[in-house]
Amino acid sequence: MNQEIIKTTNVKKHYAIGKQQVVRSVDGISIDIYQGETFGLVGESGSGKSTFGKTIAGLTNPTDGSVYYEGNNVNNLSKKERHRINREIQIIFQDPQASLNPRMQVGDIIAEGIDAHGLAKGKARKERIYDLLERVGLNPDVVKRYPHEFSGGQRQRIGIARTLAVQPKFIVADEPISALDVSIQAQVLNLLNDLKDSEDLTYLFIAHDLSMVKHISDRIGVMYLGNMMELARSEQLFDNPKHPYTQALLSAIPVPDPTLSKRDRIVLQGEPPSPVNPPSGCKFRTRCPHAMEICSLEAPMWKEIHADHWTACHLYS
Amino acid sequence: MSLLKVNNLKVNFKTYGGTIRAVRNVSFEVDYGETVAIVGESGSGKSVTVQAIMGLIKKPAGEIEKGNILFKGKELLQLSQKQLREIKGKQISMVFQDSMTSLNPTMKVGKQISEVLLYHQHVSKQEAKARAIEMIKEVGIPNAERRYEQYPHEFSGGMRQRIMIAIALACNPDLLIADEPTTALDVTIQAQVLGLLEGIKENKNTSIILITHDLGVVAESADKVIVMYGGMMVEKCSVQELFSNPNHPYTWGLLESIPNVSNKDKERLKPIEGSPPDLFSPPKGCPFAPRCKYAMDICMEEVPRLYDVADGHSSRCFLNDEMAPNIATFSEVEERV
Repeated sequence: MNQEIIKTTNVKKHYAIGKQQVVRSVDGISIDIYQGETFGLVGESGSGKSTFGKTIAGLTNPTDGSVYYEGNNVNNLSKKERHRINREIQIIFQDPQASLNPRMQVGDIIAEGIDAHGLAKGKARKERIYDLLERVGLNPDVVKRYPHEFSGGQRQRIGIARTLAVQPKFIVADEPISALDVSIQAQVLNLLNDLKDSEDLTYLFIAHDLSMVKHISDRIGVMYLGNMMELARSEQLFDNPKHPYTQALLSAIPVPDPTLSKRDRIVLQGEPPSPVNPPSGCKFRTRCPHAMEICSLEAPMWKEIHADHWTACHLYS
Repeated sequence: MSLLKVNNLKVNFKTYGGTIRAVRNVSFEVDYGETVAIVGESGSGKSVTVQAIMGLIKKPAGEIEKGNILFKGKELLQLSQKQLREIKGKQISMVFQDSMTSLNPTMKVGKQISEVLLYHQHVSKQEAKARAIEMIKEVGIPNAERRYEQYPHEFSGGMRQRIMIAIALACNPDLLIADEPTTALDVTIQAQVLGLLEGIKENKNTSIILITHDLGVVAESADKVIVMYGGMMVEKCSVQELFSNPNHPYTWGLLESIPNVSNKDKERLKPIEGSPPDLFSPPKGCPFAPRCKYAMDICMEEVPRLYDVADGHSSRCFLNDEMAPNIATFSEVEERV
C-alpha cells in the first residue's frame, strides 16, 4: 500500500473580498493520500475542509502550492490529460436534492458522464446504466423517473451511481450523508464501503460527524481555520489525540451511553475567529487551554511526532 | 400533578395530495424539572407534536382532530387566542432549530428580547432593557451592552442560538420546548449550548422538551425519552431504559445503525433497510412493520396498543403480547456478542 495517489504541497486557497481583505480558506496544507485508503477530513464549519476538497478535485485552482495526482501536477496539464483526470477524480456532493438536475431523467443523469467521455454507446450504454443502478441498490426500472420522485437516501444513491459511471479512481465525498436521516446514513455508508472494495476506489471523506468519520476512515485529518492541526490513523487519533483542538473536538461528541455521560468534557470557550483576520502564530491559540507565549509569535511546525502521526503544536516541539 | 399532559393527540394536514396524518395518538407527560427528549426521523411527527402544544398548527390546513393538552391542569386546546397569548412566551416558550430565520433580521437583538418582557411583564422600557442585558450575559455572551444594539447578522450561529434561548427564558417559563436546538451547530458549540440548557434546568427547575435525532444528545441531557415513528409514539421510557433495555424493534434499529465512537472494531453498520412510511397512506398496521425484521401477520393488519414492559416503560409492539413468539431481545443479543 502506501503508494500515494494525491500529494499536496503547501496548498493555499485565498479568496479576495473587497479590495483589501482576503479570506484564507485553506492556508498551507501538505498531505499525502494513499492509494486504496479512505482519508477522513473533519473540522467545524468554516475550517476550509470543503474548499480543500474542491481544490484537490480540481474544481478550483490553488492560490499557492500544488496538488499532484499520481505524480502529475494537476494545475499544469495538457487539455487531453486534464480530460482524463477529470474522469478519474469525481465528487459526491452533500445535498443530493441540489446536485441532481430536476428536469433530467435518472438514466440521463447517470449517462451524462458516460457520453462526455465517450465510454459506451447504444446497447452497451443502456446496460451500463442498468448495471450502475443495481450496484447502488436501486431498481433498474427507475431510469425514466425524475429526481423528485425519490427520497433523500435514494437521491444520494443516484448521485453515487453518476459518480461511478465514469469509472473513477479517486472520489471526494463532501459530507455525503449529512443531509440524511440516521437510519439511512448507515445504508449509504455501507454502500460506500462496499463500492470502495469492489471498484478499487480511494476516498477523501469530508464530514463533521466524527463518529461516522471514524467508522469509515483509515486515516483522519483535523482542520481548523484553514490549517491541518493533526493527522493520524483513525484509532490512533481517537485513542491518543495530541493536539488540544482534537482533544476538545473529540470530548465534545455526545456519547450514546447514559452511564458515561457525566465525564470530564473540555468545553472550548468562544467561537472560531474569522478566516479574514486569523490570529498570529498558531490559529487555535485564542481558544486553546494550553496556549503559551510562543504560540502567538510563531506558527507551529507541521511534524511527525510518531510514525504516521502528524501534528502542528508547540507542545510537541 | 404533572406540568404538561398530552393525551391521545391527533394532528392532520390537508394538502392537495390528500390528508397527511402527521401525529396519531400521542400521549405523554412532562414533570416539573424534567427533560423529555423526543427522537425520530424527519416526518415522524416530532415537530408537529410540539407545535400543537404551542398552538402553532394553523387552520384550515392543519387540524387537531382530537386529544387534550393539559398545562398545569388547564386545557390549552379550549383557550381563546388571547388567553393562549398569556401562556405562550411566558409560561411555555420555544427555541427553534434555525436561528437565522427565527430572529427578525431588521430588529436589534436586544429589542427582540425586551419585546417579550414588555408584553408579558408590564415593566418600563428601562427595566426591560436592563433585564434584556442581564439575559444576554446569562446565556454567556460577552460585551452584553454592545451586543444589545446589534442585529442578528452580526452574530455567529451559536450566538444566535443563545439569543433565541435568552428570548425564550426572558419570562422564566416553566416549560421550554427546544426543537433541534443544536442540529445546525458544530460539536464544540453544541457542547456549549447543551451545557447552557443543563444549567437552566438545574438552577431554575425549568422543564424541557428536547427534540433531536442525535441519540448521543439524548443520552447526555434527557431524563425521559419518547421514540416516534410514522406519526406514532412507538416507545416511551427513561433514558437508562432506552439504552439498557430497549423494547421496540425500531429503537433497536436506531441503536444499531449509529457507529459508536468508543467501539474499537470496525464492524459493518447495521442499517434499517427500506425507507420511512408515506404519511399520505400510512400502513394499515404498525407503521414500522414493512421495515421490521420481526414483523408478524398481525403487524400488517392492526396497530399494536401500548404494552407496559416495565415501570414507566411502554412500547407499541406486538412482540410483547403473550401470544407472540419469544425472540432474543436486543440486550440479550448484545450480551452474547
